[in-house]
Amino acid sequence: MTTRQSDPAHPPSQAAPPSDPAARPRRSHVPGDGTDHARRVEKARKDMLHEGASATAGRPALKRTRIGADVVCEALLRQGVEVFFSYPGGVILPLYDVLGDYPQLRHVLVRHEQGGAHAADGYARVTGKVGVCMGTSGPGATNLVTGIGTALLDSIPMVAITGNVPAALIGKDAFQEIDINGITLPMTKHNYLVRNADDLPRVLAEAFHIARTGRPGPVHVDITKDALQQETRAEHPTDDQVMAGLPGFRPNLDGHGRQLKLAALELARAKRPVILAGHGVLHAEAWDDLRAFAEKTQIPVAWTLLGIGAIDETHPLAYGFMGMHGWKHVNRAIQSADLLFAVGMRFDDRVTGNVRTYAPYARIVHVDIDPAEIGKNVAVEVPIVGDAGRVLRALLPMVPEVDPLARADYFAELADWKADSEGSSWHGSGAWRDGHLSADYVVSRIGELSGHEANYVADVGQNQMWLARYAGFRSPNSHVSSGGLGTMGFSVPAAMGAALGRPDRETWAITGDGGFQMTFQELMTLVQDHIPVKIALFDNKKLGMIRQWQEIIYAGNYHSAHLLGPDYLKLADAFGIPAFSAATPDEVDGAIRAAQAVDGPALIWFQIAEEQNVFPMMPAGKGLSDLIENWGGADE
Amino acid sequence: MSSDPSRNGVQPEPSAAPAAPAHTAPPPRALPGGGVSRAHRLVALVVDRPGVLNRVASLMRARNFNIDSLAVSRTDRADISRMTITLHGDDVAVEQAAKQLYRLIDVLKVQDVTSEPTVEHELALVKIRATDSTRAEILKLVEMSRGRAVDVSAEAIIAEVSGPETDVDAFVALVRTYGIKELVRTGAVVMARGAQSIEEALKR
Ligand SMILES: Cc1ncc(C[n+]2csc(CCOP(=O)(O)OP(=O)(O)O)c2C)c(N)n1
Ligand SMILES: [Mg+2]
Repeated sequence: MTTRQSDPAHPPSQAAPPSDPAARPRRSHVPGDGTDHARRVEKARKDMLHEGASATAGRPALKRTRIGADVVCEALLRQGVEVFFSYPGGVILPLYDVLGDYPQLRHVLVRHEQGGAHAADGYARVTGKVGVCMGTSGPGATNLVTGIGTALLDSIPMVAITGNVPAALIGKDAFQEIDINGITLPMTKHNYLVRNADDLPRVLAEAFHIARTGRPGPVHVDITKDALQQETRAEHPTDDQVMAGLPGFRPNLDGHGRQLKLAALELARAKRPVILAGHGVLHAEAWDDLRAFAEKTQIPVAWTLLGIGAIDETHPLAYGFMGMHGWKHVNRAIQSADLLFAVGMRFDDRVTGNVRTYAPYARIVHVDIDPAEIGKNVAVEVPIVGDAGRVLRALLPMVPEVDPLARADYFAELADWKADSEGSSWHGSGAWRDGHLSADYVVSRIGELSGHEANYVADVGQNQMWLARYAGFRSPNSHVSSGGLGTMGFSVPAAMGAALGRPDRETWAITGDGGFQMTFQELMTLVQDHIPVKIALFDNKKLGMIRQWQEIIYAGNYHSAHLLGPDYLKLADAFGIPAFSAATPDEVDGAIRAAQAVDGPALIWFQIAEEQNVFPMMPAGKGLSDLIENWGGADE
Repeated sequence: MSSDPSRNGVQPEPSAAPAAPAHTAPPPRALPGGGVSRAHRLVALVVDRPGVLNRVASLMRARNFNIDSLAVSRTDRADISRMTITLHGDDVAVEQAAKQLYRLIDVLKVQDVTSEPTVEHELALVKIRATDSTRAEILKLVEMSRGRAVDVSAEAIIAEVSGPETDVDAFVALVRTYGIKELVRTGAVVMARGAQSIEEALKR
């Protein structure tokens, strides 16, 4: 260990210090004082305390030098960013200092960085563009983390930018310094730490390219405060330069010809095929290709939670939502299929249940853009690595046109199953008992009255499953849900981004009372920025999904499932948001229409049945054939 | 990577449609990664950027792959580093590890050389307790194992041995009775035999 070195500039004096303070030798407490390194650290400290003169103060962009913060704004504009979600703090202030010079960039001041990340995510999901969020170092950055993780698990193109302490202070536990790069490393597609303004144009161009190319995902760019402040002339790279700088990033987009042939053979042979459509279809904007493919091959389409909207639910070949809370008829079709044609989905455990008993008669063709997804959870017969749209387009001419009559028996059986399961589990929970408001009814009314063409943003829990099952989705990217991470509190902030991304249609935030209480601070953002989100609050006064598991799996031990909530009308009123309430079925349509009539955000407090369950339900660890369809009392 | 589908535990292609009646219990679907575990060697070429080692290590940890050894070094190209990763797992699991590595932006190429003819080498330094009565014996063993005594002092000998991992294992076992005061091993580095080159493959 080194201790204080003897300092030639201030030799230690042997004699007792003289009483005249001016004559006393002064000690330096700067470690390694006099070295270059020490000078850099000291300068950084001064800058942190704002002793450094602002390069920009009061001077318009053209009259001053171009600094790192300008590069950030230029990069956002070059990438077509219209809006981003952010929150200021010490080390990111240089950016806020120049933001005024870029009026084309809309900055939304969120109330919590997590809200900003979810808003960027919601924006990305409905537009297909890269969502952008920002925060300061330390707590600002850690607050973004849940939102970044949510985006990673659902493959959402996002660029998250944070400020960090000046480069020379990194590693010194400076004020609000945290190793955010280490934190986001395993939960981003890629991340960067930029210490030099000259690197910013390249890094930001790479970040957007990586976020949106191949399998999309979040990229985090951490920028030191001094890099934001440094003057730079570095130019923004061309697309070719960006590609050349990323030799390890070459996603495979086109399916291998031999694999396509094998898939075509499988398709020609199959008697009971099912298409499993996932999020990849939406990412690839391949909904038309999917429909054409399904129609030509006459194969029914099932979808994952995030595959909702890949096909219009009213299409004759649209069969339904699969998995843990999927429709029984859909899971039955999968369990009896002889071929699964999976495209842009990843056989998540919520989809397969116990893999050993999953689709036991089926051979599997698996199309995914990420080779690592193929064979990860389920062994497959025909892997195809490629973009969903390109693969479907390449396969289309290779598959024979199937006459629907040739599948008459199969389709008749599927239709029977569908009629049976829709009849039995539609209101399978018994919420209608005692005139309670049933959540599935509310969801179906929202779908109906908004023409099935809005942005519908789910939270997590029962409300999420009700939305997925009963709203009736007709267009792509209209359903937004935190599938992979299952992040409660997602709905309201994500809806905020969705509303800004697709202002041409209504935006509905569907949320439980638990999830709403996690992030409702963003109500104020909705008001301040006049963002017209309609919030449908499904208040069962419970962590409903927790209660359901406790009822069915933990023998009714309802610890912490009950949850107090405020008077939501007063709450909304305090924020200045018009609010309506509905506690019986006949109040539902009126409340929805009233909220729709509000110019700006509105909230509906749906006081739904307290103990309604989502059925069917596949208990964790069980298989798709082990669905629980009712529980408890005679009418459940 | 082999394309033999039976390796995945997948049933071979049936000649007729598998229209099994619903009442016969089908065989359970094979789980990827549930096969026989053995040692694998992955060679990875990565862009030499700060943090790349951290990314690889973090990925292996997060994805539940256990690295037995990891050797990192420069290559003949200034911007490229090479990693030799030894890990245990069934073939499918290790293929999954390789595919996950490919997801890292800085990873250029990953090759599982386990089944290929390779030259494999590891270096170890072993500090062995030595006394006047054992010194000569130990030196003899070192020599017989084609090692070198690189430091000899009154109470210890540092032996340098190199070769395939199993040779190093054997030497360590041999001298253990004398007392090993310290042991350091570099982890294996491997290179495929013949003219083929993973580095040249990059340029294509
Ligand atoms: C951030 C977070 N914490 C905990 C959970 C676990 N969880 C899943 S659903 C749920 C209950 C949700 O309750 P509520 O928001 O009221 O929705 P409901 O199920 O009642 O519709 C909980 C606690 C989660 N998904 N996310
Ligand atoms: Mg609730």
